[in-house]
Amino acid sequence: MAEDKAPDNVVVMRGIVKRFPGVLANDKVDFELRRGEIHALLGENGAGKSTLMSVLAGMYHPEAGSIVVNGKPVSFSSPRDAIQAGIGMIHQHFMLVPSQTVTENILLGLDRPRFRMNLATYDKEIAELSERFHLHVDPRAKIWQLSVGEQQRVEILKMLYRGAQVLIMDEPTAVLAPLEIEELFKTLHSMINDGKSIIFISHKLNEVLEIADRVSVLRNGRGTASGVSTEGVTRADLARLMVGRNVILFVEKNPVTPGEVVLSVENVHAESDRGLPAVRGVSFTVRGGEIVGLAGVAGNGQRELADAINGLRKCTQGRVLLRGDEVSNQPIRKNIKGGMAYVPEDRTHVGTAPSLSITDNAIMKKYQQPPIGRGSTVDYKAAENFANQLKEQYDIVVPNVKTQARLLSGGNLQRVILAREMSSMPKVMIAVQPTRGLDVGAIEGVHKYLLAEREAGAGVLLISEELEELLALCDRIYVIYEGQIMGEVTDGSIENIGLMMTGTPLEQIRQQGATTHG
Amino acid sequence: MAETTPTSFRQRLPYSIQVEPRLQTGRGLPILSSVAALVLALFFGGILIALVGGDPFATYAHIANVAFGSLGGITDTLTKATPLILVGLACSLAFRMKLWNIGAEGQFYMGAWAASAVVLIPLLPPETSPFIFIPVMMIAGMLGGAAWGFIPGFLKARFKVNEVITTLMLNYIAVAWNLFFIFAVWSEGGFQMSPMFPRASWLPRLSDLAGPIKEFRGLTLHGGFIIAVIAAVIVWFIVNRSKWGYEIRLIGDNPKAAEYAGIPIKRNIILVMMVSGALAGLAGMSEISGTVHRLQGAISPGYGFTGIIIAWLAKLNPFAVILVSIFFGALLLAGREIQPSGIPKMIQGIVLVCLIASDYFVRYRVHITRRVEA
Repeated sequence: MAEDKAPDNVVVMRGIVKRFPGVLANDKVDFELRRGEIHALLGENGAGKSTLMSVLAGMYHPEAGSIVVNGKPVSFSSPRDAIQAGIGMIHQHFMLVPSQTVTENILLGLDRPRFRMNLATYDKEIAELSERFHLHVDPRAKIWQLSVGEQQRVEILKMLYRGAQVLIMDEPTAVLAPLEIEELFKTLHSMINDGKSIIFISHKLNEVLEIADRVSVLRNGRGTASGVSTEGVTRADLARLMVGRNVILFVEKNPVTPGEVVLSVENVHAESDRGLPAVRGVSFTVRGGEIVGLAGVAGNGQRELADAINGLRKCTQGRVLLRGDEVSNQPIRKNIKGGMAYVPEDRTHVGTAPSLSITDNAIMKKYQQPPIGRGSTVDYKAAENFANQLKEQYDIVVPNVKTQARLLSGGNLQRVILAREMSSMPKVMIAVQPTRGLDVGAIEGVHKYLLAEREAGAGVLLISEELEELLALCDRIYVIYEGQIMGEVTDGSIENIGLMMTGTPLEQIRQQGATTHG
Repeated sequence: MAETTPTSFRQRLPYSIQVEPRLQTGRGLPILSSVAALVLALFFGGILIALVGGDPFATYAHIANVAFGSLGGITDTLTKATPLILVGLACSLAFRMKLWNIGAEGQFYMGAWAASAVVLIPLLPPETSPFIFIPVMMIAGMLGGAAWGFIPGFLKARFKVNEVITTLMLNYIAVAWNLFFIFAVWSEGGFQMSPMFPRASWLPRLSDLAGPIKEFRGLTLHGGFIIAVIAAVIVWFIVNRSKWGYEIRLIGDNPKAAEYAGIPIKRNIILVMMVSGALAGLAGMSEISGTVHRLQGAISPGYGFTGIIIAWLAKLNPFAVILVSIFFGALLLAGREIQPSGIPKMIQGIVLVCLIASDYFVRYRVHITRRVEA
């Protein structure tokens, strides 16, 4: 045990094995965390990152292996034990009570206040704590009033208040806007300065290189790199460690002559869930055989626009034409029949029914038509054949198509959705963040499918925050800012896209360009 | 503040219980858990019987004997099971879409009332052929129940009113509505019941065949049982084979995905509530026309609520609903032999509690571990 007592190691995990029915999630994984470092844990979806950290945070009990915290061997049987030992985990999905205040949420589950709810004193305590770590949030605000970024701060405060010395953050940036990510990184640094240690789970290579001191990589439940310093490591190195092969980060695009306009969006206005104007007069067209990108920082009306085009949201003004037919504010079925496919941003909550089988999920847009729909019945034999066909064609990795959708990994779930949408031979495909949260291998697959759609003559609208993805795939790119189109880019000028993403219209850029040149 | 970590009582226990969601549930597990729940419930029920001074084994043997020991017993059990099957189906269909219809009791009463109205208004003269009379009563009963299902369905679809509250409240209105007619409108000579229905409006009974088959003398089992079994087949077909059933399952699992697939959710909420109500209404009709033969108070010893338990115990499977209903029918029938109320109802309650508990073990895996670090 002498080696484990090296003074700089806060956490030492040795030979961790965790098995789930049919899956070996962690296979003898070693992990070390030094005091005062940001340690990135990298890996593809389903590589076992979250599992390993859930073991450390007391959520799962490992089948084998040892955990040593501050030189003492421990065995956690609940997250409470873990936090007692100074280890706190912040999950991807927040665990907060929307109707209660920040302070109440932080105190939840603690022994105090014992009886009298003298919240004012606690408000003050929490305000001080948030001041100290640059976690700006009003202790008296109710959770539902807060943005996602602020809610994350509350989760962090919750752990800090419980005395966490080691913070595990499970893909903290996945839900954040770029500005919020910057804020988060500042907070992480201030926590490090305070002597805390951070484990940062991610699969975004550039983020890892930006924030982490050291990095460990998991692949298929096994460690492929343990505590490698991020200095001198390139993205390609990390990608290789993650997927075990060289990944081509560019895509091969065949030339396609665009056909006629298949989708035209005319002066569309739409409101957000809270009833605020989110899309304010957007117009553009998509022709068959082209991929049109919509770039923009998250939360600038992209989701609302996609919903409005697909008929899931009301157009308060303007209209959407699908091959000349008006589909805005019409039953969604009209859209589906007209040949529109939609890959929604939210895979689990919108795109699939988690407790139903893959078959049931695959026929979602096909059950009305023969051969699957017959009269008023569904031919489940035909449905199963169809699902099996998709499984083969799109490399969906599942034992059989009776498997429930919720048991699929993110990449496989996305394949099911893509397979379903593409198998309808769409004329128009709207894809919102189709590669978000996917690993490098799965991203490649999605790109391949989108390009195949383009070659088949469909018009593709790709809404994404990944600029590289847009530049690699799109024939043209529109930029959206606060619900308005700032301009169109056809030459792939990153500089112009960047300016437009921050709210400068294209005309203004051109004028300024003209004045500086002239 | 942050330096002194607050503790709680649970942390000071030497053992801790940890719960993990099961990723995959085996095929047999749900069935096994239902059976285990039942066995456990009978065990606790036995303790209860012993506590009040009875012999549990003798009591259960007696129940089994009364319910299944003779042809008469079996047919009586099936008679009791008939309304239970129909309300169980009503609940299981609504629950499949996660519509919490706990108003089967009220829908049952409205079905019974509407079927009675055909006889008592009268819409059909007493000498009408039973081949017309009974179908008309069935339709009336289903319409009555459907109307009572439409109200909460519409309110939920249009105004997002919670159906648990509306269906529950409508139960009381239905019972009171029924009482009003029994007391004031259709009262027979001041008694709180309507006059006896004409023979043409009775569902055929086994005892009607006592002429050629002697053994059938005095047997109360009526055509409602066959109606209930057919209804189970139809409900199974709707849920598992029809397009509409696919929509119901999709909405039940994820309404947002259903909307995305172009399924009209509001219309389906109203439709499912109406069909669910119609099934419960049919139960009311079958009870009136098959057993009671008149409209009176207390035609249901809480069938509508038992239907909720049955639907859960059957895991919403229509064929399992039949089996579970027969079990509950036996309990109802034989229970009355032991005690008019009390113990049998308690056993029902214990079954429900055990059932809900067992469902937990189907979905979660529980570890009990000893703490290493205190």
